[in-house]
Amino acid sequence: MKISKDEVKYVAGLARISFDEDEIDKLQSELSAVLEYADALNKVDTEGVAPTEHILPIKNVFRKDEAKESLPLEEVFKNAPDTEAGGFKVPKVIE
Amino acid sequence: MSEIITKSVKELNKALSDGELSSSEITQAFVDKIKEDDDTYEVFLTKTLDEALNEAKAFDEKGQAPRTIVDGLPYVLKDNIVTKDIRTTAASKILDNFIPPYDASVYEDLNEDGAILLGKVNMDEFAMGSSTENSAYRKTKNPWDLTRVPGGSSGGSAAAVSAHLAPFALGSDTGGSIRQPAAYTGVVGVKPTYGLVSRYGLIAFASSLDQIGTFTNTVEDAALILSRIAKNDKKDSTSFSGTYPDFIKDLEAPLTGRTIAVVPAFEEGLQDEIRDSLKEAIDVYKDLGAEIVEVDFKLLEQALSAYYMIASAEASSNLARYDGVRYGVRAQDYDGLVDMYVKTRTEGFGPEVKRRIMLGTYALSSGYYDAFYKKAMQIRTLVVNEYDKIFKKADLLLTPTTATTAFKFGERSDPIEMYLSDLYTIPANISGIPALSMPAGLDKNGLPIGLQLSGPALSEGLLFNAAHAYEKVTGNEKLER
Repeated sequence: MKISKDEVKYVAGLARISFDEDEIDKLQSELSAVLEYADALNKVDTEGVAPTEHILPIKNVFRKDEAKESLPLEEVFKNAPDTEAGGFKVPKVIE
Repeated sequence: MSEIITKSVKELNKALSDGELSSSEITQAFVDKIKEDDDTYEVFLTKTLDEALNEAKAFDEKGQAPRTIVDGLPYVLKDNIVTKDIRTTAASKILDNFIPPYDASVYEDLNEDGAILLGKVNMDEFAMGSSTENSAYRKTKNPWDLTRVPGGSSGGSAAAVSAHLAPFALGSDTGGSIRQPAAYTGVVGVKPTYGLVSRYGLIAFASSLDQIGTFTNTVEDAALILSRIAKNDKKDSTSFSGTYPDFIKDLEAPLTGRTIAVVPAFEEGLQDEIRDSLKEAIDVYKDLGAEIVEVDFKLLEQALSAYYMIASAEASSNLARYDGVRYGVRAQDYDGLVDMYVKTRTEGFGPEVKRRIMLGTYALSSGYYDAFYKKAMQIRTLVVNEYDKIFKKADLLLTPTTATTAFKFGERSDPIEMYLSDLYTIPANISGIPALSMPAGLDKNGLPIGLQLSGPALSEGLLFNAAHAYEKVTGNEKLER
């Protein structure tokens, strides 16, 4: 299974990562190689086999809807690159 | 001093209880060793040595016997386990300045038990890798041969215990990240049953596969420490909520009547000395009264392929949170919000992390989901079934941990070649079962060999029993340095 250069660029857009042309070339060959290796999957007959998302037989884990103490705001904002008026600050989205 | 640092946790605990050694003497011995050797091995990302010595002093001033097996004893944590007010990077530039506002549950438990943190140790960035070469910060050396990798992703934890910079360490294992470095550095590495140890505060890589486990010098130490950290945690919804087994009571039980499975086909492609080690171990177990049965394991390569699809898909989703908004490093120059995301992630992530995010994003993208992700999860079911069949015939499965001993820096530059380092360890993560790597002698270059025991879910007690029996017969080769 080969992945095209355009597909690499498209997926990079989805992943919010940018690559220069050399990196795209390298990724194209590396990802193609991994996907070719993964073709081993398609040799296995999985007709009617249920997928396993999680190995523990856990269904929904519920707890009581009780408010517990939250982290203090100043603790939370200590790691934030930019804050203002009790919120995380990001560049303007709407012109 | 060298006498102190080569002792097991159990021996150190006894020396503390008997008043032969103080916590300060023990902690100082490891601090001295770290100061002497960390520049050589490049293990630590953040050191907390002064704090450790203060805690040891406080322990001694109380004048009480240790309350738990780890009380008053030092250790290290892999740097993807968050520690309040102590920098935690997951060896990534994107978390270069991250000071967690909360504790991981395992760290909280070990704090309550009185264990003393020496620092946070190196790893592959976000635990993606098999050599610790993907760290954004340092190249941790294999203490047995400085030209070789310690394995990964928990390479710092493995090297710390192997080089006696700490008597025990915690790491995390998503596809072999505890067992493979344990094998490469000649220590005992345990990946418990999925859900047995809380993942709360473990920086997520692939949530359905990640599991925290131990690095120790002896099997008994592993059983003792796992007993302290294996417990239900309300903060982790995948935490096991049933009855936790006793890992220690059967440690010395005879192996008579036990059945151990081996897979003859796995001997193909092994380094000669590892094949010999495996054969010798089979003889050891026969002498101990166990019965050996030969079984098939047909899905080894398919399990590896399925793993890289599942792990990359979950990683691409888990790592979407690193966007420069709430914590971590934000890019300096950008033009608008989307460009801020893109520049932050492009500058913050290393090449392997980007490769996995790309693979995972592709596998989850529309049109490919069924072919890759769903197919991989169906294979996962088949691997679970394969183990069920084996564990109907046998109590445990004995395999090599890795096909070769530790490789040299830069030797495995091709991604697939690197991924193959985890061939024998991955199936246990795919199916959630417990597995450990135990030291099994040295190869002709004097490098450690590891053998892997795995068993059905919650069979840790039996794994420790069998590994301890083997260790008593063969003895562990210890690094004397």
